Amino acid sequence: MNEIYFNVDGGFLEGILRGYRDGLLTTHQYMNLTQCDTMDDLKLQLATTDYGPFLQNEPSPMSTSTLSARCTDALVQEFQYLQQNSAEPISKFLDYITYGYMIDNVILLITGTLHERDTHDLLDKCHPLGFFDTMPALCVATTVQELYNTVMVDSPLAGYFRECLSAEDLNELNIEIIRNTLYKAYLEDFSRYCETLGDPTATVMGEVLKFEADRRTVNITINSFGTELSKEERAKLYPRLGNMYPEAQTKLARVDDMDQVKAVLEQYSEYRMMLAGVNLNASSGGAGGNDLSLEDRFFAREVQLNKESFEQQFHYGVFYSWLRLKEQEIRNVVWIAECISQQQKDKVGNYTAIY
Amino acid sequence: MSYGGSGYAGYARYALNATVVFLAIWAGLYLLLTGRGERFNFGGYLLRISPYMWSVYGIALCIGLSVVGAAWGIFITGSSILGGAVRTPRIATKNLISIIFCEVVAIYGVIMAIVFSAKVSAVTSSKGFAPSDYYTGFSLFWGGIAVGVSNLICGVAVGITGSNAAVADAHDQQLFVKILVIEIFGSIIGLFGLIVGLLVTGKAEDFVGAV
Repeated sequence: MNEIYFNVDGGFLEGILRGYRDGLLTTHQYMNLTQCDTMDDLKLQLATTDYGPFLQNEPSPMSTSTLSARCTDALVQEFQYLQQNSAEPISKFLDYITYGYMIDNVILLITGTLHERDTHDLLDKCHPLGFFDTMPALCVATTVQELYNTVMVDSPLAGYFRECLSAEDLNELNIEIIRNTLYKAYLEDFSRYCETLGDPTATVMGEVLKFEADRRTVNITINSFGTELSKEERAKLYPRLGNMYPEAQTKLARVDDMDQVKAVLEQYSEYRMMLAGVNLNASSGGAGGNDLSLEDRFFAREVQLNKESFEQQFHYGVFYSWLRLKEQEIRNVVWIAECISQQQKDKVGNYTAIY
Repeated sequence: MSYGGSGYAGYARYALNATVVFLAIWAGLYLLLTGRGERFNFGGYLLRISPYMWSVYGIALCIGLSVVGAAWGIFITGSSILGGAVRTPRIATKNLISIIFCEVVAIYGVIMAIVFSAKVSAVTSSKGFAPSDYYTGFSLFWGGIAVGVSNLICGVAVGITGSNAAVADAHDQQLFVKILVIEIFGSIIGLFGLIVGLLVTGKAEDFVGAV
């Protein structure tokens, strides 16, 4: 029944968004990009895509960091168009999507404050999608206690801070633990919100968020090997949703090395296929071809889930999925640019193809 | 049972329902047990309603519901065409066909309303209505509902399919004709309503009075 009234608020934006999706690079265009020899060739090839207008004013020896920044600008402009034209149910959904970026920005500011840097410079480094009105107010805080009080009052993330952290924690805990705790609260809140949105959105977003939670669970586990993070603390960082909640999470909380992780994951059919042939010790962008790393497999699975959300119409999941696919595309383009600029053309095929 | 404000709203609603049901049962049993059961005469009530009311209600529902269906379909399709045409302007012209299919539904409603209203004429007899008048009244009412509701659903169906067609056309040009076939099947539903409306009111005669 959702179809009969979705288009009142969402019809125009969904049409625009599907237009954005049609602008994602195809396999053919990726082929052209991989055959470029210099950054100027790359710029020429990208001139016909959605990134063209943003790249054309860059001076000729373009670095990959500039490329990455300009591509992100393109993404931000498209997303902000959606935000500016959205009405109430969609605008809240889009706000929820930006909270993830806000968490990253706030962590950046906290780190800056802890190391006594001038946080006004850090404002430029913050991700534009995660910019909220009272963020400059956070820069005024000179101690972490003040920062905590300001955040508790002024930012949309107040609820996530209230749930899990106190002011002392901000000083003592490792910054990564804070980031993961906040992100866990955010994922759970987002998942609860999507449930209230009714059927197609709830199903599609449920799938995507569950996969995100599983991925974070596995990454937290793997990254905690060899650090002094205790197992109870590790278990507290796992988000309480996903296919691995609760049984696999209790098992993963107790493992000590990669083989045990693999043994736990093999019990789940979707992850068993992902683990086949994976070189668990390789980091992202390994030797190419069949010897992919676990992270690459996760990216591929994420791309697949996000592509599937476009199969249905009249739901909000497409907004989230497009954003993730666009980010993946920017990662791919930057990878290709890095390979070209460092003259390592043999690794240029290691991007995760989307279409 | 849901509780509102102070917590007693749920109880109040339940009490109201129970009182109404109690009064209805009391009235019914009173009529039944005191030999006045014949007074509850639903058929007589229906006959006392003027056939004019039935027939013009039917005409109003026919045109009203058809137009609601057409408008609903047009806004569903139109917003998707607007969004998709920002990037792919070529879809704007071709997808007007979907809007036309929705509009056709409203035209069915207008035609049937005109056909029905031709049967409504003044009755000059002082003895009331003839039996054929009652048939005309009832058939125009239910014929009008048949046409109106089927056009309502047809308009919504064509609208949703038209929105899918616009989005698919923006992505891949060859999909448009294939989804158009589905739309054509959807718009046949409105035609069914039109045919049934005509059949039902086909035997209805113009209003004459009792002789």
